[in-house]
Amino acid sequence: MAAVTRLSLLVLLLVGALVAPAFAQDGERIRGQLTAEGEGVPDVTITVSLDGEPVGTGVSDAEGEWFVDLPGPATYEVTIDVDTLPEGVQLRNPDRTTLEIRVGEGATATALFALGEREEVGPILLQRIAQNTVNGLKFGLIIGMTAIGLSLIFGTTGLINFAHGDMVSMGAFIAFFFNAVLGLHLILSALIAVIVGAVIAGAIDRGIWHPLRRRRVGLISMLVVSIGLAFVIRHVILFYFGGSRRPYRDYTLQTGIELGPIRLQPVEMWVMGLSVVILIAVALMLTRTKLGKGMRAVADNRDLAESSGINVERVVLSVWILGGGLATIGGIFLGMIESVDYLMGFRLLLLMFAGVILGGLGTAYGAMLGSLLVGLVSELSTVWFSSQVKYVWALAVLIIILLVRPQGLLGQKERIG
Amino acid sequence: MSSDAPAATDPLEGIAPEPGVAKPDPILTIDGVKRSFGGITAVNVDHLEIQRGIITGLIGPNGAGKTTLFNLMTGFDTPDTGTWRFNGAPLSGVPAHLVARRGMVRTFQLTKALSRMTVMENMQLGATGQLGERFLPSLIPGLWRRQEREITARADELLARFKLDHMRDEYAGTLSGGQRKLLEMARALMVEPELVMLDEPMAGVNPALTQSLLGHIKGLRDDESRTVVFVEHDMDVVFDISDWVVCMAEGAIIAEGPPSSIGQNAAVIEAYLGATHGQAPARRRKQAGGTDQ
Amino acid sequence: MGTVIFFDALRTAIGPTAAAYALLAVGLNMHFGYTGLLNFGQVGFMLVGAYGVAITVATFGGPLWLGVLVGIAGAVVLALILGIPTLRLRADYLAITTIAAAEILRFITRTSGSEPVTGGVFGLRQFAGGFYALNPIPPGSYLGPLSISHGRLWTMIVGWGLVAVFTLLLWALMRSPWGRIIRSIREDEDAARSLGKNVFYYKMQSLVLGGVIGAVGGAVFAVSLQTVQPDTFLPQVTFFAFAILILGGTATWIGPIIGALIFWFVIAGMQSALRRLSDAGQLPEFFGSQAVGATTLTFVGLLLMLLMIFRPQGMFGNKREMQLDVK
Ligand SMILES: Nc1ncnc2c1ncn2[C@@H]1O[C@H](COP(=O)(O)OP(=O)(O)O)[C@@H](O)[C@H]1O
Ligand SMILES: [Mg+2]
Repeated sequence: MAAVTRLSLLVLLLVGALVAPAFAQDGERIRGQLTAEGEGVPDVTITVSLDGEPVGTGVSDAEGEWFVDLPGPATYEVTIDVDTLPEGVQLRNPDRTTLEIRVGEGATATALFALGEREEVGPILLQRIAQNTVNGLKFGLIIGMTAIGLSLIFGTTGLINFAHGDMVSMGAFIAFFFNAVLGLHLILSALIAVIVGAVIAGAIDRGIWHPLRRRRVGLISMLVVSIGLAFVIRHVILFYFGGSRRPYRDYTLQTGIELGPIRLQPVEMWVMGLSVVILIAVALMLTRTKLGKGMRAVADNRDLAESSGINVERVVLSVWILGGGLATIGGIFLGMIESVDYLMGFRLLLLMFAGVILGGLGTAYGAMLGSLLVGLVSELSTVWFSSQVKYVWALAVLIIILLVRPQGLLGQKERIG
Repeated sequence: MSSDAPAATDPLEGIAPEPGVAKPDPILTIDGVKRSFGGITAVNVDHLEIQRGIITGLIGPNGAGKTTLFNLMTGFDTPDTGTWRFNGAPLSGVPAHLVARRGMVRTFQLTKALSRMTVMENMQLGATGQLGERFLPSLIPGLWRRQEREITARADELLARFKLDHMRDEYAGTLSGGQRKLLEMARALMVEPELVMLDEPMAGVNPALTQSLLGHIKGLRDDESRTVVFVEHDMDVVFDISDWVVCMAEGAIIAEGPPSSIGQNAAVIEAYLGATHGQAPARRRKQAGGTDQ
Repeated sequence: MGTVIFFDALRTAIGPTAAAYALLAVGLNMHFGYTGLLNFGQVGFMLVGAYGVAITVATFGGPLWLGVLVGIAGAVVLALILGIPTLRLRADYLAITTIAAAEILRFITRTSGSEPVTGGVFGLRQFAGGFYALNPIPPGSYLGPLSISHGRLWTMIVGWGLVAVFTLLLWALMRSPWGRIIRSIREDEDAARSLGKNVFYYKMQSLVLGGVIGAVGGAVFAVSLQTVQPDTFLPQVTFFAFAILILGGTATWIGPIIGALIFWFVIAGMQSALRRLSDAGQLPEFFGSQAVGATTLTFVGLLLMLLMIFRPQGMFGNKREMQLDVK
C-alpha cells in the first residue's frame, strides 16, 4: 500500500535523523531570572562556586535573566549579591542568599531567588497597564499568526492539529540552526526556515494525513496520531538542541526606546510591524485570491466545495503549507523577542487553542481576533496578579467561552455539535 | 390506489386535501416551526397535524427539509421559532432522549447501527426503564437478570419477525445496508413507541427485502396500532402503503391529502419539476442524498 | 550486561510507578476505550489525587485515608468542571479543555502564591509515613535478583491490588446494561439518544469514574515516591498512559495491565541500556542524560503514532472488531 510505504519512509527519515545529530547541547549551565512584580530586575550580580571556589559570575540583563556556564556536573553554591539589588527590592527570604543547586550532565539548572514587592503608586500602575497592553498585542499578534494555520487546518479537515505548537518550535529551531550553528544572518536564516518549515508541513500532510484521510480513519484516532507526532517533533528538537533557552545571534541585547509611558526594543517594534503586515497579507490572500477563496470555501462546507469543482485535497495541502510557513514565522518572532526552547511551541499551543476557540474554530479572522484577546488577557493579568500564572487566565477564558458561547465570537452556531 | 386500511372506518374520510388541514385525532401538531442555516430556510412549517393510528408518507425533493423537520421534532435540533405538541402536551425544547421516552422514536436517513456491538446488543439497548442501566444496581446482576431475560426474549421475537435472527450474535457492523435499516427499525420498536418516524427506511434496501419491509410498516399500524410517519422517494411505495401523504418543498408544506389526490396535485408536480429537471414525482427509486443528521 | 538491563527493566515494569500508570490507563480506558471520550488531561486527575494526599497530610496534618478521600473528591469536582461545558460539544473540545486544565493545575500548584499549601516548585514530602507504618512485610530484600526492599514491595502489592480492584469494577460495569449504554455512546451517541438514553449523564458518569481512578493512581504515585513536585505532572504523563492503553488494547479489561508491563519494561530497558552504554563510553559524547530522555520520549511518540495507524486494536486486540470502526 502506497500510504504505508510513504509513512514508513517518513518514519525512517525521522529515525535516521536521530542517529546522526548535527549538533549537540553545550556544557552545563545554571540560569535564573530575577523578577519583582512581574518585571525583570537588571544589573544584579550572582556568583557560582564549587566547594567555596568561585567558578563564575553572571549579571542579570534587562529581563532580569542571568546565567553562568559551568565546568561540569556537580552541586554548586549560587550566591546573590544583595548589595547590587536596586532600591526597594529585597529578597523575600533574607536568609536565602545562597542556594545549593545540583547540575546533571549537559543540563541547565535553574536557581530561583524570590524577590519581594515594591510599593505600587498611581502613575506607575497606569504606565504598567500601557506597557502590558502593548506586550499583550505583541504576544497576541504572534499567537494569531500561528493560530490561523491551526484554525484553517481544522476548518478544512476537521482535525485539531495537536502538533501545531511543535511546528512553531520546529520553525524557530530551523532558523536557530542556520543562525547560531551555521552562522548565517538571522534574516537570511529566517527566510530559509520559512521555506523549510512550509515544505515540512506540506510533507507531513502528504506523508501522514492525506493517507489517513483516504483510509477514512476516525477523528479520535487522528487526534491521537497528532499528539504522537507532536511528541516526536518536540523530542527530536530536545535531542538535537538540548533543553535550555537560547537566544538568536542577532538583534539581542538591544536597549529599549521610550515612547511615552511604554518602552520597546527596536526588534519588538519590527516584530509587531511585520506581524501586522503579514496578517493583513494573509487576510487579503484569503479574500482576494482564488486559492484563498478556495480555502475559505472548503472550511465553510467541504462537500459543497467539492461538488462545485474545487480540488479539496490540493486546497488542504496549501493550507498546511501556509500554516507551516506562518507557524515558522511565529516561532522565529517569538524567539527574537524572548528566546528559543523546545517547549516554546507547546506553551503557545494552549494559548492558540484559547485563541481559536474564543474567536470561533475554523474561521481565520476569528483566530486572529481571539488570539489578540488571549495575548491581552494574559499580559494584562500580570498588572494585578503574579506573572507565574498569566497563562492560567487565558486558559480560564477558554473554559468560560465554552460555557457561554461554544461557537466562539465569530463562529456560527450550527457548526457545533 | 388506496391502502389496505379498513376503508369503512377511514378516519380521514372527507378531510379536505389542503396544506395544514385539521384532523380528527392528531398525535402530533406543529405550529410555526422555522429553522434556517445561514441563508437557507430549511424548514418553515405553518401548521401540520399528524393523524393518530395511520401511516403518513412525507415526500418532497432532496433538500426539502424532511430530515431537518424530523431532527426538530425529535429534539436533535432546535428551531429558530415554533412549537409542537405530542399527545396534547408541549414537546418543544424537550431533549432528544426524553422525546423518545415519551413515545416518539425516529430512525436516521444514514443508518446508525452500533458497529462494534452485536445485533442483539443493539436491540437490548432499545428497551427503556432498565434497572441495570443505573450505576450501582448495574453492579449486582441479580437485580437485573430477570428483566434482561425478558428484554432478550422480546428482542428475539422482533429479530425473527425482521428476519435478522440468524445474525443475532454478529457485530452490527457486518450487516449489509438493508439489514442495518431493518435492525434500526426493529431497535426503534424496542422502545415501544406510539409514533415511529422513519427517515427513508427503504433507501439502499435490496428490492427483495422491500416487500417484507413494507409488510412490517403496515404491521405497525394494523397489528400494533402505532402511528407511522415515513420519508420515501419511491412513489409506488408511498402510494401503496400511505393513508395520507404530506409533501414538502423548500421547507414548507405545499400539499397534503390522500395518496390518490397527491399524484395530480399541481404544486407537487411543480416542486418535483423544479427540483428534478423535468421528471414528475418519480415512479422510480431516487438516490438518497443530501445532508443528514 | 544483558541480564543487568533485563532486571532493571523488569524491576520497573512490576514496580509501583508502573502500577500507578496502569491505574491512569484503566481510567483512560473508561473514557477513551469504552465511552469514546478524549481526555488529554488525565495527568490533571493524577495531580489532584497526589496533592490531595500530600496537602492533607503534610500541610494540614490529617490522616492518610482522609487525604485519599480528598483526592477522590477533588477528581469528582474536576470532572464536573470539565464535563459540564464540554460533554455536549464535539469530542475535540473535551481534549483541548482537559489538556489546558491539567496545565492550569500544574501552574497553580507551582506558583509562589500557593507555596504555603502546595510547597510551590519544591513540592511536598513527608506525608507517606502512615502508609509505610502499615507495612506488614518484615524488613529485607525480596524477589531474588530484583532485590526489592520491603517498602517497595508493600507499595507494589497495594498499587497492583488497586489495579486489580478497578479492573474488576470496570469488567463488572461493562457487562451490565450500564456498560451497554456506555459503549453505544462510543459507537454513535445520536443513536443512543434516539433510543431514550441520557447521553450527557452517562458521559459525565464515565468522566467522573475514570478521573477518580486516575486520582487513585496519583495517590499511589505520590505515596510510592514519598514526594510530590508540580513538574512531575507534565502533559506527557497523559500520553504515556495513552501509549500504555493502546499498546495493551483499548476497550479490553486486560489492556491497561499488559500495556503498563510492556511499556515500562521497554522504556526502562531502553533507558538502562542507553545509560550503561553511555557510561561505558560506547556512545558518542553528546549522548548525555538529556539525549537519553529525548530518545525515549521520541520513541513514545513514534509508538503512539504507529500503533494508532497500524494496530489501533493494540498488540492483542481484536482486529476484526477494530475494522468495523469506519466513522
Ligand atoms: N447542519 C446543516 N448545516 C447547514 N445546512 C443544512 C444542515 N442540515 C440541513 N441543511 C440544509 O437544509 C436543507 C434541508 O435539508 P434536509 O432536511 O436534509 O432535506 P431532505 O431530508 O428533505 O432531503 C438543505 O438545503 C440542506 O443543505
Ligand atoms: Mg433527508
